[in-house]
Amino acid sequence: MGVLVLLSLVLITVSFREESGGALHRVGGAGATVLRPFEVGAERIARPFRDAYGWIAGLVHAKSDNERLRRELDEARQQASQGRAAIKQNDAFRAALRFIDSAQFPKDFQPVNTRVLGGATAFEQRVIIAAGSNSGIHVDTPVVTQDGLVGTVTDLTGRASKVTLLTDEESAVQAVDIFTGATGLVRHGQGEGALVFDRVPKELAVAEGDLIVTAGTRSKQYPSLFPYGIQIGKVNSVGQTDTSTFKQIQIEPFVDFGSLDSVIALVTRKPQPEAP
Amino acid sequence: MIWLDGAKAGVLLFFTVVLQISIASEIDVLGGRPDLLLVVLMVIALLRGPVYGAVAGFCAGLLADMGTFGTLGVSSLLFTLAGYWIGRYGETTGRDRSHAPLLSVAVVTLLFAFAALALHFMLGETAPARAVLVDALFPSLLLNLVLTVPVYALVRRLLRPLDAGDRAQVVRLLG
Repeated sequence: MGVLVLLSLVLITVSFREESGGALHRVGGAGATVLRPFEVGAERIARPFRDAYGWIAGLVHAKSDNERLRRELDEARQQASQGRAAIKQNDAFRAALRFIDSAQFPKDFQPVNTRVLGGATAFEQRVIIAAGSNSGIHVDTPVVTQDGLVGTVTDLTGRASKVTLLTDEESAVQAVDIFTGATGLVRHGQGEGALVFDRVPKELAVAEGDLIVTAGTRSKQYPSLFPYGIQIGKVNSVGQTDTSTFKQIQIEPFVDFGSLDSVIALVTRKPQPEAP
Repeated sequence: MIWLDGAKAGVLLFFTVVLQISIASEIDVLGGRPDLLLVVLMVIALLRGPVYGAVAGFCAGLLADMGTFGTLGVSSLLFTLAGYWIGRYGETTGRDRSHAPLLSVAVVTLLFAFAALALHFMLGETAPARAVLVDALFPSLLLNLVLTVPVYALVRRLLRPLDAGDRAQVVRLLG
């Protein structure tokens, strides 16, 4: 047993200290590649059962969900018509100014739709997805669903990637309140799947129900990994104290991080601008 | 016979790792997730002894780390220690006791959570103590205990318990 413990310690040390392209990393990648077809197979077998469970669980809240969704649909219709007019106006202004912009979401991104293979643990909020560098994905590629931002790719092989979720302790994203323009950092909050909108100065206005989206790059010193405009969530509580410099804002994420079945990795078609 | 046993255990652990990564890790009941790999490993260690448990733990841990892009060696270390310890318990006192699998899984689930948390903390990785020890530990423990009975029955059919002659090769009597 001593030999195995020693070997484990050596593996930890080497694996921890080597760079992402190191020999041990490649061995790990080969192991992940061997496991992948089996994981895909197991996931396909389990899917009908998971769907059946989801369907039954959904029935419990169906009535209240229906009422809430109808309300939200009415609001969304109004906002959509206003938004369409604003987009048209914005396009006209950009054309008039001959405005040169960085990659825009979603038009400048190639979506890579892929399945979630699992891999969540209590220690890290992460999932393994069934697409890797062979599909054009690279480290730091943003990952979204139809609902909003999920996280970023933090490790990958040719055919699989590790996505660190927005709810992980090490994740943070620069975000903006789309209604008031207040900027801050969205990061994990207390409790599973909770997010907070942090570093928002008290003098800036943020209200309950405000929509929070990714802010994109605001400073050439600290370029953001995410393009402007990916939905994150809506504000569900705002507070502030006399002693604190920043507001305390909690966000209800649009993405259900506990039941991710498939995601979209956003591979940019336009190279990221580099600061001189 | 030993090779056939090893092959059976190897195949069982390989598919358990696959199931753990792709299915069990997605099951969330009251904040807890079942650790099928830990349960299977404990049962194997209980049936086959400490050396077998340690080797099985090392290999399964290494495969699990590869499959989840984790730091290689972390799960290997924890599973090696757990496999050896429970194998030793099974070899000395627990093997013929009906409560041994449940007791082993319960104790190891608790200790594993503390040890994993400490190891992640020492490595400077994310170590959310509240999530691991308060929110997830007891639901996970219950789920593991629920899994233990069918897993023990299944693995016992696959890996026949050692008879008296086999045991004499494993345990060296002192004194």
